[in-house]
Amino acid sequence: MTSSISDIPVVSNAWAERLQHRQQSQVPELWDMLDVVNDPEVPALSLWDLGVLCDLHKDEYGKVTVWITPTYSGCPAISTMQDDIESELARAGFNDYEVKTKLAPAWTTDWLSPEGRRKLREYGIAPPTQSACGNASGLTPEFGVECPHCSSSDTKRLSEFGSTACKALFQCNDCHEAFDYFKQI
Amino acid sequence: MTETDLKQATMQYVTRLGDDSIILSHRISEWCSNGPFLEEDLALQNVALDFLGRARMYFTYAAELEGEGRTEDDFAYLRDERQYTNLLINELPRVDFAHTMARQLFVDVFNTLFLQQQLQSKDETLAAVAAKAVKETRYHLRRSHEWTLRLGDGTAESHQRMQNAVDNLWGYTHEMFDVDALEQQLIEAGIAVDSAALRPQWLEKVTAILTEATLTVPEDSWVVRGGRTGYHTENLGHLLTEMQFLHRAHPGVTW
Ligand SMILES: [Zn+2]
Repeated sequence: MTSSISDIPVVSNAWAERLQHRQQSQVPELWDMLDVVNDPEVPALSLWDLGVLCDLHKDEYGKVTVWITPTYSGCPAISTMQDDIESELARAGFNDYEVKTKLAPAWTTDWLSPEGRRKLREYGIAPPTQSACGNASGLTPEFGVECPHCSSSDTKRLSEFGSTACKALFQCNDCHEAFDYFKQI
Repeated sequence: MTETDLKQATMQYVTRLGDDSIILSHRISEWCSNGPFLEEDLALQNVALDFLGRARMYFTYAAELEGEGRTEDDFAYLRDERQYTNLLINELPRVDFAHTMARQLFVDVFNTLFLQQQLQSKDETLAAVAAKAVKETRYHLRRSHEWTLRLGDGTAESHQRMQNAVDNLWGYTHEMFDVDALEQQLIEAGIAVDSAALRPQWLEKVTAILTEATLTVPEDSWVVRGGRTGYHTENLGHLLTEMQFLHRAHPGVTW
């Protein structure tokens, strides 16, 4: 397999900072353990991939504290996420733990992991286009989001809002499939 | 002002913001399964959900500031009409799609300006809520802007309905820019947004959009106020009856 310069993934600064934070953590095994907890609405993504899992900490008495942040203000999945993390901690034998929600800094799609972006596409959801790709406003483009099914760029926006707050609805002019686009925010 | 007074004032201010959010959210949610087509139905529910999320953040924070053990649910479900302090524009009935979109345009333009200022609040929680909400509001405004153009510059029927909506709602927009003694104190403390200062920019932006949509900007001939002091239109009581019924019939119910 040959590789070229275009194979080198371009990642956002925000993502690079998240990754560094995880890599410098005192409790790497806890991060790894929570990789199995997925987003209830897009189960292809782990909470880590989605950027919802912000931080975790184990104190000297063994108490685990996990911080998560909601995607959108009204995200109804946040309490399910909290429950899912708690069950995973319980399953791993922890009995002293707490899952806290924090609002700042505000969640952004720049926190999606490169792996998460790939998984979204495989799941049939187009990942957010990055502002570097000529989408300066950051809002959903009207045309040209790459179709996750056939990779055509000949696509059009059907609706600004899709099945959940985080998605918009598109249709491909080549394969004619409708697909969700994970909005940049 | 002592620290206790400041906290008490902030609690009241945050409750106002929560009241605006929950009442508007409920009104928008009434379109569920009544939207003009499926995508629009979904879009409205997503917007309603964004406002509901804001209401939850504000009420949770108000309860924390109060420190008397109340929860977000107590604020939402166990206060009566006179205790609600939302701006009247949020409680008006949805009427038709044109009224819903005209209100959304007025409120969305206001929120883009307001939240931009709230980002600078010395109160960290208010700044954090603004940081989330300001991004969502950009999406809301783009949509209400597009709909205003589409309806205003559409058919004779859609133009007329949109103009009626703009005329009927105009007198309720002034209240958004009122600053009372409570807010004045908090503006001086760097906590609240000086909404009175936002009116020129709001008017400029709204005028540009209405003009682009071939609509006429109404004269300032009448004004209705009262929401912040608990004096409401007859519509709020009906809204609360529906919104609070389940919780009052089955206190503390969960699923
Ligand atoms: Zn396609």
